[in-house]
Amino acid sequence: MPDSPAEAEAEPEPEPPPPTLHGAPLSESRGQTVVHPDQSQYFDLVRALKDEGFVMCVDLCGVDHLLKPDRPLPDGVAPERFEVAVNLLSLAERRRIRVRVQVPEADARVASIYDLHPGTEAMEREAYDMFGILFDGHPDLSRILMPDDWEGHPLRKDFGIGRIPVQFKHTGGSR
Amino acid sequence: MTQTVETPVPDVDSATGPLALTGGVEALRDPSAVLRIPHLAEDVDEVPVHNPDGDDTMIINMGPQHPSTHGVLRVMMELRGETVLRSKPVIGYLHTGMEKTGEDLTYLQGPTNTTRMDYVSPMFNELVFSLATEKLLDLEIPERATWIRMLMCELNRMSSQVLWLATNGMDLGAVSMMIYGFRERESILAFFEKCSGLRMNNNYIRPGGVAADLPEGWRDDVLKICDVFPVRLDEYETLLTGQPIWQERTQGVGIITADECVALGITGPILRSTGVEWDLRRDAPYLFYDQVDFNVVVGTYGDTFDRYAIRLNEIRESINIVRQIVDRMPPGDYRAQDKKVTPPPRGRIDESMEALIHHFKIFTEGFKVPEGEVYVAIESPRGELGCYMVSDGSSKPYRMHIRGPSFVNLQALAHMIRGGLLADAVAIISTVDPVMGEVDR
Repeated sequence: MPDSPAEAEAEPEPEPPPPTLHGAPLSESRGQTVVHPDQSQYFDLVRALKDEGFVMCVDLCGVDHLLKPDRPLPDGVAPERFEVAVNLLSLAERRRIRVRVQVPEADARVASIYDLHPGTEAMEREAYDMFGILFDGHPDLSRILMPDDWEGHPLRKDFGIGRIPVQFKHTGGSR
Repeated sequence: MTQTVETPVPDVDSATGPLALTGGVEALRDPSAVLRIPHLAEDVDEVPVHNPDGDDTMIINMGPQHPSTHGVLRVMMELRGETVLRSKPVIGYLHTGMEKTGEDLTYLQGPTNTTRMDYVSPMFNELVFSLATEKLLDLEIPERATWIRMLMCELNRMSSQVLWLATNGMDLGAVSMMIYGFRERESILAFFEKCSGLRMNNNYIRPGGVAADLPEGWRDDVLKICDVFPVRLDEYETLLTGQPIWQERTQGVGIITADECVALGITGPILRSTGVEWDLRRDAPYLFYDQVDFNVVVGTYGDTFDRYAIRLNEIRESINIVRQIVDRMPPGDYRAQDKKVTPPPRGRIDESMEALIHHFKIFTEGFKVPEGEVYVAIESPRGELGCYMVSDGSSKPYRMHIRGPSFVNLQALAHMIRGGLLADAVAIISTVDPVMGEVDR
């Protein structure tokens, strides 16, 4: 019986390929569009998005997923310890898009998008300061909020709260 | 400094919005306007400055304790004579790790933390945190709670802008403006105290609604503020707007273009002063801003005077909005009655053991928020205030990042100061309106 439902089930239709944007998997989070490029796609993707009208980089921040390795991600995106989340805005279309790059701990570096959006200068410095993520091509990657001689990156999940004694006095060696 | 304004009117089609803007590093007049210490020796001589005596340059630090740097902002400036060649804002003096602290507070405690970031407009910080939490919870807020939030935010916008008028006046030598501005702000803070018990850092807007209903007689208090403010604003116009000294100190000073603003991510009055109509209240409405009428005030030249005029007139628009809110304030609940988020009413605690346990759990353990991540943005008096929140399904945010408009807007400083006089730098720092609590977080 070739028309039986059992046979139709035996040959499932190929699943539609997951949606992509410029080759990077696309997902949705609470109605907001999110693109997941890998480290090598990231710069070109932001450039392509800029050509499409996302001319303003509103926000760039890091996230440390050390305690949450099994978070939901679209197919084809391998979870890594760090993430850089970039929020782009199109003034003309009044649309937003978020770019989330997975950044492995062993190679914690991504391309700087300073050349595309100079306003990310301070934001990338903050992400470097707080998470130790390096941004290749940034003109002045230095600490921005913490003192220049600070050790460690405070927003990492393995950086404890209240571990630091008062910093304004001479603490005598170890912190 | 006398100088004719030569900046052309930005090419922005008001009907279609800023389509022509491209942003990008090429839009900046000169990236080397930012003083970078590692390359200090380079290209100083390429800066075109009239320098007949061949004097050397000098680096001075302005701040972090200088009164006109609005808190603990330090600006390093490279001077030749009195002309600023390059400059660099140095921040971090007020960094207290509030984003890290936010990861250790429950969602109900969160607003007590974020409200201290931009301490001049605390309601906005609470609002953006609450909106992000509610978006993750997919929680519906009663109409009255939303209108109360709008009322508080617009009053807070007025008090914030009037404080800016005060400090800006003081920076430029109009000390009487300083006293008047603080006087007007106090009338709004008194109303906040009546509603929330606190003048500042109110913790009034919370996930799920607001902390308490409006007090008896709130309508009269608000209408009185609305009646007094326009009269006072006219006085300020007499005091400042037409005054020749004021005009000389502000007109043509600290010019920035629309393209530069977009490239640097600048929002708020600085972006609007260049002629770009961009106000999230109108362009990405949140709360019930799509149901009230107001104008988006824009400038033409992108100079300090335009930004002064915009902030002054935004107070008038806010008064207009507040009057509409007072007319339309519906009866109803001031917080969502969602048992997972809202503590049970006080009366129930006395008679029900379950209610007592439930109350205890909400305030000790907190409510759980579904896993996910979200970015929410609102229009604060300084520009786009955003909250990027990542939840792992527990009762504390996994990551809570606040996109402070002052933090981003400070990057415009170096470009606006460049080539100007040291005395104008004070006017320009003031016109950026940085609140260091928000910059350093």
